[in-house]
Amino acid sequence: MATKAPSHQRQQLLGRAIIYGGLLFMAAFYLMPLWVMITTSVKHLDEIYAGSFIGLPKQITFEAWQTAWSEACNGTACRGLKPYFINSLLMTIPAVLLSTGIGAINGYVITKWRFPGSNVIFGLLLFGCFLPFQAVILPMAQTLGMLGLAGTIPGLVLVHTVYGIAFTTLFFRNYFISIPDELVKAAQIDGAGFIRIFVSIILPTALPIIVVSCIWQFTQIWNDFLFGASFTAGENAPITVALNNIVNVSMGRKQYNVDMAAAMIAALPTLIVYVVAGRYFVRGLTAGAVKG
Amino acid sequence: MSTLEIDRIRKSYGIHEVLKEVSISIATGDFLVLLGPSGCGKSTLLNMIAGLDSITGGEVRIAGKVVNDLSPKDRDIAMVFQSYALYPTMTVRQNIEFGMKIRGVPPAEREKAVSKAADLLQMTHLLDRKPAQLSGGQRQRVAMGRAIVRQPKLFLFDEPLSNLDAKLRVDMRTEIKRLHARLGTTIVYVTHDQIEAMTLATRVAVMKDGVVQQLDEPQVVYDRPANVYVAKFVGSPSMNIIPGVLEVQGSTVSAVVDVANRQPARISGIPMSLETARKYAGKKVLVGIRPENFSIAAGDHGSTLAVDIDVVEPTGPDTLVVFNCGGVEVTARLPPKQASAGSEAVLSVDTSKVVIFDAISETRID
Repeated sequence: MATKAPSHQRQQLLGRAIIYGGLLFMAAFYLMPLWVMITTSVKHLDEIYAGSFIGLPKQITFEAWQTAWSEACNGTACRGLKPYFINSLLMTIPAVLLSTGIGAINGYVITKWRFPGSNVIFGLLLFGCFLPFQAVILPMAQTLGMLGLAGTIPGLVLVHTVYGIAFTTLFFRNYFISIPDELVKAAQIDGAGFIRIFVSIILPTALPIIVVSCIWQFTQIWNDFLFGASFTAGENAPITVALNNIVNVSMGRKQYNVDMAAAMIAALPTLIVYVVAGRYFVRGLTAGAVKG
Repeated sequence: MSTLEIDRIRKSYGIHEVLKEVSISIATGDFLVLLGPSGCGKSTLLNMIAGLDSITGGEVRIAGKVVNDLSPKDRDIAMVFQSYALYPTMTVRQNIEFGMKIRGVPPAEREKAVSKAADLLQMTHLLDRKPAQLSGGQRQRVAMGRAIVRQPKLFLFDEPLSNLDAKLRVDMRTEIKRLHARLGTTIVYVTHDQIEAMTLATRVAVMKDGVVQQLDEPQVVYDRPANVYVAKFVGSPSMNIIPGVLEVQGSTVSAVVDVANRQPARISGIPMSLETARKYAGKKVLVGIRPENFSIAAGDHGSTLAVDIDVVEPTGPDTLVVFNCGGVEVTARLPPKQASAGSEAVLSVDTSKVVIFDAISETRID
């Protein structure tokens, strides 16, 4: 035993080292692109072309960020990302609120006001979660054209709201299913109607899942490229499309630092949303509804 | 005036019939307990009275008024649920006030009603807490407070004590009884616990498979059960149902039952009409004897049966003695330390309490 114990210990230590080493390598590998993005975005273009791609910047400059924000060219104009950033906000915020609101009402009806066929409708809604969006681009373009919303931001709001409902309904349905039905019955006897029960009793319990739904929808809609590229052009494009255009248009030397800064700007809002509200995300996904 | 009449009520889901022509009618101030096992339709019936479930056929009248097509809020009722159903994001005060708020009761009056109910239920110190911060008993109290401020014609209780532990259940039972005595409001109370039914009710409706088996005062249901089902459901340990043969000699009705390994015993002086008894004379019947109607025989007179005791279960105040009679296990409730397992005992039966059931239909005959 006396000789065995140390060797056993050594083995354990070695195992640990391998595990931590592996994890560190994976983490570094995962973070490498971010590292390159950040460092490149604060370097001078000359320094980049001098061959230092991975190393620390010799001199930190935010010129590239400035350029990406307000001067970069995307083929038609040189106004930077700023107007498209605003486009994305104008598209994302209403779409997030609408899809979350409709999802909440759907979940409420499907769990608390069941009607014949409500389960079938919920099942069909779930199809929306697995629908490849490429499949709907052409018919959706026609629909938007008929509605007179082709190429507009309200058009994108509509598309994102419609395709967001599947997921938001799923979130709210799964949350509300754990709220006892007796709560609704008690409120009915108290004299509350459909809307009053929703607003005064059901919705106040749903804060965690509202946060989940908003984060999820914000990330999905802000990061969407397919619908943005398909249904808008030029001035009405969201930031993802504008970023693509800026990166793909090159006059003279390719401005890697501006490209990286632009990409960072496009990614920041979802990062901020997650950092600010992320702890509610996990909590909301795992929390059941409060039991009275 | 707050009578309740349930008139040939039916409920079916598709072809599945949950309630079959149930008729119950109770007077103002009555405490009606709907008693039955789960799935007997008692909660469905309560929900139909409340207006939370649709009525397939028949009529419900509260204070003489047909309420079939009224929504719950217009039926002048209040309900207490098994899971309490307190609004989780509201304080106790807001929970109690919610209904009044919707009905547009002015704030000053609301405040008065809340403090009155809180006084009555001794929960003034809880008013600003959320339901999650309350114990089970306290939640139950709040749920009752919410019902009381409504000042309804009818209180509906849906298994209100089932989620409480045994000790608290007894306390709250007393509290509900006291509340009924104070307020005098008509109550309909659903439970599967026969002790709750016995202790609380002025009228008990024993239900099975969507049919009312018996509707009467608790003591009558206990003493003169309408059929074997009721006899076994009410009372603990339940009534012994022993196969026997009915005999009539002169004006004395008796039943002869087999006793394991011994002479058959004759139980004489059963209270039933001679006319009926003659019809059943010589036929097989079921003899119903409550455990407490056995006692250790003092002498040879009366109806006695000598038995071999199989098991003895002391409960403290008395001892349950199990023996075999007519091929079934029979339980007698005797004073402690009067019998031991494996020994012989001679028991006498209080024949005035014996009930006889038809062997096939299992309904009481008298």
